[in-house]
Amino acid sequence: MRFQLTDDQRALRDGVRALLARRFDREALWAAVDSPGRLDRALWRELGEAGFFALRVPEGDGGVGLGLPEAVLAFEEAGRVLLPGPLVATHLAAGAVPGAADGSVVVAGVDGALVEWLDAADVVRGDAAGAVALRSVDPLTPLHRTPAVAVTDPVAVLLTAAEQLGTATRACELAVQHARTREQFGQPIGAFQAVKHLCAQLLVRAEVARAAVYAASVTGDPADIAAARLLADEAAVRGARDCLQVHGGMGFTWESEVHLHLKRAWVRAQRGGGRTESEELLAAELAA
Amino acid sequence: MDLSHSPEEEEFRARLRQWLGRVLPTLPPKPSPDDWPGRRAYDMGWQRMLYDAGYADVHWDASPTTRLIFLEETEKAGAPYVGAGFVGLLHAGPTIAAEGSEEQRARWLAPILRGEEVWCQGFSEPDAGSDLAALRTRARRDGDEYVVSGSKIWTSHAEVADWCELLVRTDPAAAKHRGITWLALPMDAPGITVRPLRTLAGSAEFAEVFLDEVRVPVGNRVGDENDGWRVTMVTLSFERGTAFVGEVVACRRVLRELAAEARKNGRWDEPELRRRLGRLNAEFRALWRLTQWNVSEAEASGGVPGVGGSVFKLRYSQARQELYDTAADVLGPDALDLDRPWVLDRLSSLSYTIAAGTSQIQQNIVAERILGLPKGR
Repeated sequence: MRFQLTDDQRALRDGVRALLARRFDREALWAAVDSPGRLDRALWRELGEAGFFALRVPEGDGGVGLGLPEAVLAFEEAGRVLLPGPLVATHLAAGAVPGAADGSVVVAGVDGALVEWLDAADVVRGDAAGAVALRSVDPLTPLHRTPAVAVTDPVAVLLTAAEQLGTATRACELAVQHARTREQFGQPIGAFQAVKHLCAQLLVRAEVARAAVYAASVTGDPADIAAARLLADEAAVRGARDCLQVHGGMGFTWESEVHLHLKRAWVRAQRGGGRTESEELLAAELAA
Repeated sequence: MDLSHSPEEEEFRARLRQWLGRVLPTLPPKPSPDDWPGRRAYDMGWQRMLYDAGYADVHWDASPTTRLIFLEETEKAGAPYVGAGFVGLLHAGPTIAAEGSEEQRARWLAPILRGEEVWCQGFSEPDAGSDLAALRTRARRDGDEYVVSGSKIWTSHAEVADWCELLVRTDPAAAKHRGITWLALPMDAPGITVRPLRTLAGSAEFAEVFLDEVRVPVGNRVGDENDGWRVTMVTLSFERGTAFVGEVVACRRVLRELAAEARKNGRWDEPELRRRLGRLNAEFRALWRLTQWNVSEAEASGGVPGVGGSVFKLRYSQARQELYDTAADVLGPDALDLDRPWVLDRLSSLSYTIAAGTSQIQQNIVAERILGLPKGR
């Protein structure tokens, strides 16, 4: 048993991180916030060329030929930087929808009772008939509500968990950064136990979620995936909230990126395989 | 990332499973929790069986993964818990093995492994719990002996212990972490009084220990004089690192039993309760994965678990309490009956966020040592 990242997995994660740092930095993030609903097609193609969508497509079919653990690491990085777009739907379509793998085609999909990025997509998978636009709480994710509820693919549930893990990790980093530098009462606020404990719990939730998400990517077991999703949703949503709390008044402003993490975490938590579904699946597993 | 085991490890598992299947039916019935001498004999008898079968030193010499398999399989099979051997096998033993002299290792390690000598832990004091370094029990040097006076509290197994891993202050003038020394105290030495303490669970699980001019040979000191804090940290990292591995497996078994009970008594049809059980399933699955992650990390870095144990302990102690609170909801009014299963466990789970460093202290450790936040109020 060697339940640690391999050198190749580390290299892949670092590669995705470097690509995203270069192509989707803070400036690009705020540009995206300022033009809601517009997807950066050039970036999408670059992601495609880097193999983000074709990661799990067999090499014989022109893909990268890697597995779920690698996909999870890539999606965690995407989650960390709030990368916008129907990433999960396009990734799942690679190999099935022409152009999805190389990023020349944007694929949206019905997930739960929602479709993300319906208007920006070239192809929509699932029954989106009668979809009604919502005024999305997340400026980085346009949303439609659908009358039909889609059956959930476990891989989609896991990749969502991976994105949530990215948010949870980033929320912890942002909170700690702020707690170390922001001074009140003549010292960094991170010296106060109340703040310290918020930060410690941010880390605990993220690390428990990480173990669950990584393990589920190795086993592919539906119960492991449901557990990973439950804990990652919690780590992201609670984590972003606590991060906002650590930021105090600054966290409540539009300019701080913290609210973007919380809003995205809320959006992802609504995807199929969310809380009720996962809890019921795990209860049934106990009784089996 | 790989969760599979090597052929050698799988062979170890198969051999162990076979052995457990053979010997467990031959064990005598478990004595009641209040019968300390009976429990000591039972726990030491089990340790002796492990010794004879070649499994005694699994906590020390085996690879972390092998230890993980051992704890997983023994717990799954319902084998006895380490019990009265806890301090010797998981605290004092590893400490002596890592920090003791050749002579000390020869004197103390074999009796621990053979289940002949029981150790207790003399760390906490009435005014030094989470603030362990504030301990005041004093040892003054008199020729070849230390003369020890003071008192210890929350000392598990003190009534039946042969030895006590004792932390004493040898330099009252030094900074509080600096003047501490680690001694092996023979529990039959003149001047020791042990007074059992009754816990909120009604049983006398631990004791107060009073030390009045107790003479301890200098040769019983492990590590250098005034270096006891460092020596102790070696011990505590074991405690937080792997001591709870078997318990996670046990909690997962309890959870399945709870689901079965809920289906029997109809509570399973209540969605809220059923979903709470599902949520706990996620929790303990994740804690098991975190355990595997920590063990793999320890293996990669050479054995001694790091502060990651604090992350685990914080979450586990909370989850354990939630498990038994949920058990109480499954039981309904029966949760007030001490004769029902899980009721005593619910009471004892209250200690988990306190013992071995309260959750508040653990959060400080995580924040300061892992996240690098400044020390302060």
